[in-house]
Amino acid sequence: MAKVLVVTSGKGGVGKTTSTAALGVALAQLGQRVVLVDFDVGLRNLDLIMGAERRVVYDMINVINGDAKLAQALIRDKRIDSLSLLAASQTRDKDALTNEGVAQVIDELREKFDWVVCDSPAGIERGATHAMYHADMAVVVTNPEVSSVRDSDRIIGLLDSKTQRAEKGEQVAKHLLITRYDPGRAARGEMLKVEDVLEILSIPLLGVVPESEEVLKASNIGSPVTLSAPTSSPARAYLEAARRLNGETLPVNIPAERKGGLLGKLFGSRVA
Amino acid sequence: MSLLSFFNRRNASAPVARERLQILLAHERTMNGTSDLAVILKEEILAVIAKHLTVDQDKVQVKLDRERDFSTLEIDIELPMVEVTRGR
Repeated sequence: MAKVLVVTSGKGGVGKTTSTAALGVALAQLGQRVVLVDFDVGLRNLDLIMGAERRVVYDMINVINGDAKLAQALIRDKRIDSLSLLAASQTRDKDALTNEGVAQVIDELREKFDWVVCDSPAGIERGATHAMYHADMAVVVTNPEVSSVRDSDRIIGLLDSKTQRAEKGEQVAKHLLITRYDPGRAARGEMLKVEDVLEILSIPLLGVVPESEEVLKASNIGSPVTLSAPTSSPARAYLEAARRLNGETLPVNIPAERKGGLLGKLFGSRVA
Repeated sequence: MSLLSFFNRRNASAPVARERLQILLAHERTMNGTSDLAVILKEEILAVIAKHLTVDQDKVQVKLDRERDFSTLEIDIELPMVEVTRGR
């Protein structure tokens, strides 16, 4: 039975698309058949992060409008066989997505794949509600920062009220993914700690992705960090998160401050 | 280490963030769907008063203050002197 997973956050710029790409690759590497679906109509970027920007011919709206068959619009990843991408339209506006159209595409994708990973646009408008409506599971991407936590709380409320599952009296399984975490700053009381964010949002923790230069590097070259730098700390966090999504029980590894001498700590606290 | 944490405490803004979020979200969760509660209350209270008195809309102050355990809704209405005596 295919699972529909929405990657969402409310706030923009926290790492939804990066996380969608990294988790999608990781799930595919676990042998799962995965399709990544970009819901950010007019501002698509998942194609760019996946390095497939020059291969987009048809998008989801073409499929909804009947201009193309779903199979023609799916872009098969060149690196991982079991991974595909369905792009968002860059030229239409977000009203081009209809409830019936989206439902039809999602149903068809459920038949072809094990995982349908929906990359939500920022905000709580139609694009975001379309992306979450069919979800069985949700990854709520949050930065340890006040506005991101507040917006995530709002999104959690919407997942509990504006989804198909909520309408049927069922739950969307929600998972918290904390990204851009700086353990040093958290230890010095300059940044919310993992346990602070967890306590405030009170949904299960899927993973903690440390702030890392590898993530920008991965975007630069169009190869998700789990593929381009699989042994880096963010990639390991994403790989473990994917294994948890896939049903494994693993303790969550919370990044710790690198231990140095007292001098190192004093110096570290000054430069930050 | 204790000296170091004492030294660092001055920079510790995260506890402030945590406290602010806890208070804010506790209220936003209960207010969900009724975010205009202050506006509704103001209108209905004014409607009741207007049955008996003429109130100048410009002389109505509405203040909402959210604390950890309680909120206060303060509605300050300045009444014209003449009308009050007539009401008695």
